[in-house]
Amino acid sequence: MSTATLHETTHHDTHGDAHHDHHHQETFITKYVFSQDHKTIAKQFLVTGIIWAIIGGLFSVIFRLQLANPEATYPWLEDLLGHWAQGGKLQPEFYYALVTMHGTILVFFVLTAGLSGTFANFLIPLQIGARDMASPMLNMLSYWFFFLASVIMMSSLFVQTGPASGGWTIYPPLSALGDASSGSKIGMDLWLVSMAMFIVSSLLGGLNYISTILNMRTKGMSMTRMPLTIWALFFTAVLGVLSFPVLLSGAILLLFDRNLGTSFYLSDIVVAGKILPNEGGSAILFQHLFWFLGHPEVYIILLPAMGMSSEILSVNSRKPIFGYMAMVGSLFAITILAFLVWAHHMFVTGLNPFLGSVFVLLTLLIAVPSAIKVFNWLTTLWKGNIRFTPAMMFAIGFVSLFISGGLTGIFLGNSALDIHLHDTYFVIAHFHIVMGVASFFGMFAGVYHWYPKMFGRYLNNTLAYIHFWVTIVGAYLIFWPMHYEGLAGMPRRYYDFSNWESFKMFGSLNQFISIVAMIVFAVQILFVINFFYSIWKGRKVKDLNPWNANTLEWTTPLRPGHGNWPGDIPEVHRWPYDYSKDGKDFIAQDVPVGADESKH
Amino acid sequence: METEAIQPRNKIHPHKFTLWVGIGSIVMMFAGLTSAYIVKRNQAGWHTFELPIAFWYSTVVILLSSVTIHLSLKAFKERYMLKYRRLMLATLILGLLFVATQFIGFTEFWKTGMTLQANVAFSFLYVIVGLHGLHVIGGVLGLIIMLLKTFSTKKRNYSIVSVELMLTYWHFVDILWIYLLVFLIIIR
Repeated sequence: MSTATLHETTHHDTHGDAHHDHHHQETFITKYVFSQDHKTIAKQFLVTGIIWAIIGGLFSVIFRLQLANPEATYPWLEDLLGHWAQGGKLQPEFYYALVTMHGTILVFFVLTAGLSGTFANFLIPLQIGARDMASPMLNMLSYWFFFLASVIMMSSLFVQTGPASGGWTIYPPLSALGDASSGSKIGMDLWLVSMAMFIVSSLLGGLNYISTILNMRTKGMSMTRMPLTIWALFFTAVLGVLSFPVLLSGAILLLFDRNLGTSFYLSDIVVAGKILPNEGGSAILFQHLFWFLGHPEVYIILLPAMGMSSEILSVNSRKPIFGYMAMVGSLFAITILAFLVWAHHMFVTGLNPFLGSVFVLLTLLIAVPSAIKVFNWLTTLWKGNIRFTPAMMFAIGFVSLFISGGLTGIFLGNSALDIHLHDTYFVIAHFHIVMGVASFFGMFAGVYHWYPKMFGRYLNNTLAYIHFWVTIVGAYLIFWPMHYEGLAGMPRRYYDFSNWESFKMFGSLNQFISIVAMIVFAVQILFVINFFYSIWKGRKVKDLNPWNANTLEWTTPLRPGHGNWPGDIPEVHRWPYDYSKDGKDFIAQDVPVGADESKH
Repeated sequence: METEAIQPRNKIHPHKFTLWVGIGSIVMMFAGLTSAYIVKRNQAGWHTFELPIAFWYSTVVILLSSVTIHLSLKAFKERYMLKYRRLMLATLILGLLFVATQFIGFTEFWKTGMTLQANVAFSFLYVIVGLHGLHVIGGVLGLIIMLLKTFSTKKRNYSIVSVELMLTYWHFVDILWIYLLVFLIIIR
């Protein structure tokens, strides 16, 4: 079979005869640590992502504690954080560090590496019918660069002057001048080095995902027969490969400013009464370079969740996805537009109002593909024979959050309104719902759906339903009130609001938000317990295809080895959404088209 | 589902394709830097500069190296392994010469008072040209590895893929240099 031959030649230099290696000897190190198997690498990304999510989530609990009771002291906090919480009260400098690290961790380490890293690695070869990635070696390096980035970022939490604290966007001059704040010192250096490693990791990953999808599909798997998950992961990788290098160039210039006395971003600055010699730089230049990545980044986070939700909604509605080509087209449109809207983060930087209005138009255009996607998700659900599996609940939750969060995007995308809303809690509410929580829901949906394939066991359903209901109700209770706070002008990143007459009235609301945040965090711990407990003790999967899905990953053995299929890779004869067709509940992709079969 | 023709999947080797995407990624980095350069140039306090003479020698050297690496691929295809090895060695030497002339150019530039910190225009020159230099050094390391491979008696590696990958990358850093040279001459 031609596929097998192709595979053998492509893998020859790195892995020998990959598809015979059920039999070949693997040591513990090559199997679990320096593994080149995409499935193991995916699990490594997932577990590292979960560890980061716990840390990043815990940080938000600690700073919410401060926002709830700005005057209170907690002696146990001093035991936990030492001099950062002297007398049991969080220090302002460390509050900023926590906010910065919460953003950095969740945006990059959890929702970029943890999400794309996990599901692109796990699903791409399995769903397109490949034995592994185009370059398993680069794939392994991708994880280990991420691991290195993680270690460096983690170590920055323990340095004397604390981690970076200038916000996750690391705007200069705070990030460029070591004397600007305690978080601008070694913590900032470690942040930059860690992010450089992180960028290398995502580029290596992205290169692999694109090449694999375009070159390694099995026989019959034309582009229009690919599951939407794969399409979404493809566009995610394209976004990453084209936008991360620009952040890298911005970061390189920042490193020069920090360490070699150049003035790319610095001009006419006085620190502690001392006039700096830097002249001719512009801090706005950094914002342009940062947001040229920063905006595509939110779609790097969101698109995998969109793809997985599309797949899960179709499987569990027992209906074909509505408007497959429109779904692909809207993913494409979002990818293009993602590169053309970055200045909507910069409406208040003194941007030329005419240029601003161009960016308003381009920003609002994103509503079109987004609305197409929402319409198609809802019409997929419409009159479906819905199975409310935990994955399905989270996928529906994703759609709900995407709608509510997307609507506030229309407010913020208007430069006139944004001047009022910029840097308020309205922005916090918007991006947490539409990007943060929504993508988490997509990620949870993916974990619940593909867990049986990953570990050969099921997660506990009762815990899963508790996890879902508390999280979705909690997410709305946390972020919905923030819209009101933001409209009233309450600014983000403040340590203590009790000194402002106008924000005093939000004291009890902030307490309420903090309490819900803690409950939601506790439920995530429940999920983590469920996750690790079920790896060893969960109910065993007996059915090769537990969700009766059409895609190729369910044609592999229960616990596929490296190479995925023990024999030949199945040939694909149809698209992946033949559900409830010709009286059959589902027809898998590797089933040949019958003579009397109707068109879909 | 319609029964359209199945796309041939083995048109291009996946590693080659990966390299092309990687090149796209590097291009984006330099696009970011050069557009930042253009933005800064239109603001106050920009000093114009003349490129050091040594950069012209660099240009000649890297163009020559593109010729030698091209001939080395031809030799490889014809299985003239000795010729291939010599041409690879020539390319390697020319690559090192390129790095050397770049370094000389930087020192020349620095000595005339155009230091890294003196003006943001010079800072950009050092960063952009320096980053390109790093990419050339990466290519030189690749050449060294490939040259060592030709001496290996244990394993006869006649795969043309790695030679072609090297060729593509080397031409890319060559073209990137020409782009940067023209860019820095026209916009300064």
